[in-house]
Order: sequence, then C-alpha cells, then structure tokens
Amino acid sequence: MCQEAPLAEGKALAITAELIPVYIMGKKYMVPESLTIMKAMEYAGYQFVRGAGCRGGVCGACGTVYRLPGDYHIRVGLACQTVVQPEMYLTQIPFYPANRTSFVWDEIKGEAEEVYKAYPELFRCLACNACSKVCPMDIPVMDYIAAIKRGDLEKAAEISFDCIQCGLCATRCMGEMAQYHIAQMVRRMHGKFIDVPSEHCAKQVEAIKSGYYDDFMKEIMALGTLDPFKQDNVNDDVKKLKELYKARQGEPSTSENEWTPDSDYAILK
Amino acid sequence: MTLGYYPGCTLKSHARNLEDSAIEALKVLGVETVELERWNCCGAVYSLADDDLIHQLAPVRDLIRAKDMGLDKVMTLCSMCYNTLARANLLMRNDEAKRKTLNDFMEEESDYAGEVEVIHLLQFLKNDIGWDKLKAAVKVPLKDLNLSPYYGCTLTRPLEVSIDEAVSPTIFKEFIEALGGTYIHSDHSAECCSSYQMISNPEAAIEAASKVVRSAEDQGADALALSCPLCEYNLGKRQVDILKKHDDLKPLPTFYFSQLLAVALGVDPLICRFELNPTASLELLEEKGVVEKVSA
Repeated sequence: MCQEAPLAEGKALAITAELIPVYIMGKKYMVPESLTIMKAMEYAGYQFVRGAGCRGGVCGACGTVYRLPGDYHIRVGLACQTVVQPEMYLTQIPFYPANRTSFVWDEIKGEAEEVYKAYPELFRCLACNACSKVCPMDIPVMDYIAAIKRGDLEKAAEISFDCIQCGLCATRCMGEMAQYHIAQMVRRMHGKFIDVPSEHCAKQVEAIKSGYYDDFMKEIMALGTLDPFKQDNVNDDVKKLKELYKARQGEPSTSENEWTPDSDYAILK
Repeated sequence: MTLGYYPGCTLKSHARNLEDSAIEALKVLGVETVELERWNCCGAVYSLADDDLIHQLAPVRDLIRAKDMGLDKVMTLCSMCYNTLARANLLMRNDEAKRKTLNDFMEEESDYAGEVEVIHLLQFLKNDIGWDKLKAAVKVPLKDLNLSPYYGCTLTRPLEVSIDEAVSPTIFKEFIEALGGTYIHSDHSAECCSSYQMISNPEAAIEAASKVVRSAEDQGADALALSCPLCEYNLGKRQVDILKKHDDLKPLPTFYFSQLLAVALGVDPLICRFELNPTASLELLEEKGVVEKVSA
C-alpha cells in the first residue's frame, strides 16, 4: 500500500512512503515507514509539549518503550532517533518520578560515603540488571552502581559518562533507586575531586571574568529593544542576530591540537 | 602463574589492608592475581530461603564473569564473599531446576552451570603452593608471635563449602606454623563474632565478641589472625567497646591473615597498611622484631 502523505501548505513536493501500522499507547495509526517514532507521533496528530528536546539524540527527553509482536522483550529507544517498525506497540516515558537529593555542594569532600548518605537506597541493588537492559545508550547501569557500592567513583563516572538522564533505568529498578541521579552526583564529584583540572576551562573562566565578552553580550542584548510592533525593527534584529550567529566560531570537531579562532566572535578565546 | 581474583566491595574501601597485602604476598610467591574485569557485590549473605532466587543473581553473575574470562578458578580473600560465591556455585552445579530458572532470567549472560571453582586464598596456599614451599619462601619468620586463628562462621560452614575439616579445621594452624608463628588454640575460633548484630543489638554483639577475645587471650595469644572484614569490624574496630564493658581484658591486636603472610615474605610493611588496623597491631610486630621499628 502506497499513499501520498498529506501536503503541507505551500510545499510543492509530496513525499510518498509505505504506510505501516503502529500502536501509540494502544491505538492503531498508519504512519510512513521511514519516520522516527517522534515524527510518526506528530504525523498521527500528537503535539509535543514535553517529551521532545534536542531532536538529535542527546538531551534524553524522549525515552520511549516499545514491544514487537511475538517477542516478550521490552525494547527502548529515543523517539527522535528510533525508526518505526510495523506493529510496534509504543509509549513515550518522558518523565518518571525520581528523587534527587539536595546537598550543599561546597561542603562535599568527594568521598563515597557522601553518595551513600545522599542515596542509601543504592545498596538495594540485587544485580538484576534490568536497568542496563533498558538503557537506550547501552550503558551497563548495574556495573556503575556496583562500582559506587565499592567506592570506585572514578570507574562509575567513566561507565556512566554517556548518560543522557532519560530516566528509563529508574522505571525498571526493583530497588526503587534513581540510578541516573546517583551517577550524576558521582560525575560531579569526579569532575571536582578526581579528574585532572582542565587548564583551558580555567583560562576561559578567567577570560569571562576579565570582561572580554562583555561588549559582545551588550551587542546581542541590545537587539529587541526597539519597538517590537514595527516589523522593520524585528526584521533588522533577526538579520543582525543571524549575522552574529554565522560569524561565531567554535573549535571544529576534527581540528588539530593547536587551533586558534580568527573571528572576534570566537566561542573560545 | 596467574590466579583469577574476586575482591569484594569492602576490600576496595575499608579493608584495603586485606587486599593489598595479599596481592603483594602472592607476587613474592610468583603468582599474579587477575581481578575480574567486571564484578558486582557478591550478595554478602547467602540467602537461605529456598525460593529466594533473586538473591542468587549477584553471586552467580560474578561467577559468569569469571567463566567469560576463561577462568577455571576464582580466588577470594573475604570469608563472606567466599561463602556466598561458593554456595551459589554449588546451587548452579547441583540444582537443575533453579539453574534453568536463573539462566533463563539472566538470558543476556552466558549460561552457567558451576564450571568455575571458588577457592579461598588459604586453600590456594595449601593446595597449589604447598606449606613446604611457603615455609621455604619465608624471609622473616613470625617467631615469638603467638597467633590465634579466627575462622568465624563462613570459612568452615556449611560443610559443603568448608575450606577444611569443618569440625576441627587445621588449615589456619598450618598456615601460621608455615610462617614460623606459634599457633594458639582457642575454643572460640569458630564461634560467631556477632555479625550484623553489632548494628541491631550491640549489647549482645559485644558479649559475643568479648568471648572470642577472652578465649584467645586466656590461651596466651598475642593477636588474632582473621580473614573477614565483618569479623575484623566486630573484634578489631569495635574492640574499644568490648574493653569498656570488660575491663579485665587487654587490647588484642587483630591481623588479616594476608598481612601476616606479607610481612613474613618480606613485603614492605607500608604496603600492608597497618594504619587501617585499629588495635596496636604494627607496634606488636615491631616489639617482636618482625617489622623494623620506624623511629618516631
């Protein structure tokens, strides 16, 4: 079955794709087979107020659980990254209640006991491994909890590094802990007390403090101060903002070790 | 020779003196320990409820990790880890129905049927190194040291995982004598130290622990030799509470057996981390001339 997808107003080209059935929260929809879960849900008429963020697979807002016919396994994916499959039953779990302990950061000394005090429930881990199996980032969650239990914060920070805080691990834990919050505390402690301090970060903070970026900020902040009901003003602001955005410079992902920006609007001084 | 090794959580925190001294001592004997690449808590206490399989996941998973590394043997230092792992291993070997249930549940792991052997370091020293060879490797005999071994509950019970004869074990005696020390028999060497009662019922716990200390002292022991961080907590770290309640008792130093092994084999005492031993342990070794006195 091949059907034309509805044409958005003003679009000249219709995209055609095979339509497949998916079940969103139990209700059947026919959606183009090439779409991600997120786009398929929007195609089906859902509007995201929550549960959508970066749409690039890094923000962790769109954790989704699904099952396929004839298979008891719980499958997971990020809605913005996972392509729909025929007959999949899915629901997004953008948020799951998970307590985060408050603590005074300046009083933290970087000891494992502080994590135990903040999250004593981590000792309820029975090594069932349900958390690892449900992680869309394929992090061995159980292993970092095990590392924390033996006080190895460095290892825990390393294992949990790719965590995007989607919270799916916490939905499955029979010990009722919120693993990702515990790991975040550990990574922060790791950054402050264990990891080698990064020189360029200190340099950058110094540059910000010295006022190096103040004029650039003022330039941007001045935008939008004219009467917003005059379309010309808005157009000028938008134009200027686009120019500034284009002129900005960040270190390219494939740069050599020595890289220096040649624009005044460099992100890195 | 390499030897697969499961450390256990406490050995990575409060009982580094148990681990570090054992690893260095084994190096002297030409044995390189290979720690499991991945491991979790052993479960600490073996679950006695017949249908409580969920508590078997942790120890069995550790055994699977050992199997996945191609190990046929995994050595432990902590008595409780030894006990929990060894019993879970027997369950996987002997109970076909439970083995299937557990393997089915852990379908993301390799199937396991008890292929790996769980041993305690004392067993390894006796069976794989041999007392004669150990004796020959001793550089600093523990002469003039009267040592009473403390087996506690978990090295010799239940029978099927006992590291030696369960009723009158001699392995610890042989160990102490191989190091040149004097073995001191105590009637309470296999009585419970009070275990986790120290948290829920401290008064009864102090009574139980005091009997262990008293029995060793009465027989003329200079120190206790043990292999369990929980026993060490109750008999060593909490000894101050025992002495408060029983003022006729003298302070009794406690050593992990691996610390005694290490100093006898000439390992640098700094590596043995005696600063983690609560009672005046290092002072005793200095007094007896086993360890050179560091001038204050």
